[in-house]
Amino acid sequence: MALPLFDVVRDPGPDFVGLLGLLDESGTRGGQPQGASSPVGGVPHGTTIAAARFRDGVVIAGDRRATEGNIIANRTIEKVFPADRFSAVAIAGAAGPAIEMVRLFQVQLEHYEKVEGSVLSLEGKANQLAQMIRGNLGMAMQGLAVVPLFAGWDLHRSQGRIFTYDIAGGKYEEEAFAATGSGGRDARATLRLGFRPGMSRDDMVRLVTKALFEAAQEDSATGGPDLLRGIFPVIGVIDESGYQRVADEELIELARELETELTTRRHPE
Amino acid sequence: MSMPFYVAPEQMMKDRADYARKGIARGRALIGAVYETGILLCAENPSRSLHKVSEIYDRIAFAGVGKYNEFDQLRVAGIRHADTKGFAYARDDVDARSLANLYAQYLGQVFTHEVKPLEVEILVAELGTAGKEAQLFHILYDGTVVDEQKFAVIGGDSDTIAERFEGSYREVRGLQETLQACVAALGGEDYPLVYQDLEVAVLEESGERRTFRRIVSGELQSLLGEVD
Repeated sequence: MALPLFDVVRDPGPDFVGLLGLLDESGTRGGQPQGASSPVGGVPHGTTIAAARFRDGVVIAGDRRATEGNIIANRTIEKVFPADRFSAVAIAGAAGPAIEMVRLFQVQLEHYEKVEGSVLSLEGKANQLAQMIRGNLGMAMQGLAVVPLFAGWDLHRSQGRIFTYDIAGGKYEEEAFAATGSGGRDARATLRLGFRPGMSRDDMVRLVTKALFEAAQEDSATGGPDLLRGIFPVIGVIDESGYQRVADEELIELARELETELTTRRHPE
Repeated sequence: MSMPFYVAPEQMMKDRADYARKGIARGRALIGAVYETGILLCAENPSRSLHKVSEIYDRIAFAGVGKYNEFDQLRVAGIRHADTKGFAYARDDVDARSLANLYAQYLGQVFTHEVKPLEVEILVAELGTAGKEAQLFHILYDGTVVDEQKFAVIGGDSDTIAERFEGSYREVRGLQETLQACVAALGGEDYPLVYQDLEVAVLEESGERRTFRRIVSGELQSLLGEVD
């Protein structure tokens, strides 16, 4: 390994992805996989993710299941990752490429911050993610699509914001909430019915938990809260103090509430 | 064909070293010191935006003196090296020693082969862990690496400052005392420094992955014992 120095015209600036490209070209780093030539089956897929704005920020969440066709590939996979202090990504789609994309995205943001000495704006981060998804289009066409949700606290506007993407890298801002993945429709329906502008953090965490729970009722690829094994969704809250993951203790309580609700539905008093 | 004048290699190296040393001596100095719970980097630098001290990686910081554009280029190269290595392997695999070696190789290469040596002196600091002590690598303009145990002074008039600092330095003590000793040593008796003249940062355990933190305005003033 030599010190990565470039002449002025070729210098990648604060762009980590551009830097990797240059290093690949000079052969100092191992090549990237070129993608399979035939459609790929039997790769773990992540399923339902959701995000919603509340009064002081934004909640982002994902269930814990990954599936390979009709098989549960993993019960405890995590699909919500802090991208930096004030933003987070949730992933649905082919788990392998998605997790790798998140890793690259995290480094990209930190790299920019260190090289430039300032943090990218939330819009800038969202656009960076869009470019990465666009870069994955070839893989997406072969069945390895990655569809993330991006949410964060906008330091300039002092508000939480949510962005959704399509497989071609199209970026769309959502005003209130978003959900995607195989159980996304059911999660969205729950969010639509329960959403009120200006909700508190606790109410929104409860609503998002319920949305994932309802998705798990209807979609076999989505895992619900599992009190038996102690598996709960990953829920992150981002407000002006940054990203914070909701503790399992709080989620156990919420899971119990849902359980009680179901029981009373079966045995009304 | 004209014959070039013969210059003895000793003379050539000496000229280059003198040139680099002169450039470095013009700038202001900087101290890196290990204290109880971290590493302090304290520079005399009146600029708020052109940094001499910066973050390289989770537990690694960079400090440079001399020509700004030259050490800034090295800083960016260091971040690139660390980020690509951490991305290709794992975050724990990024260490200050290999980075210091790369810097040394590059500076040595430029010193002997290029027209002009780099007029910089740099410091690479790595916060220690339970099984590993804190490390300070002091790298000179010609690629010489010195592995310092407790502290390092680089830049203009570093010998005098090091002498002053050594007298007041004891290893096991807090951030405030170490900082005050640094500031006293950088300034000397007849040239007291105030917080506007200083750029201060630490590598310190805070429970977060990234340990680099700048100490600015209010916090710096209170650590220095200056009152508004």
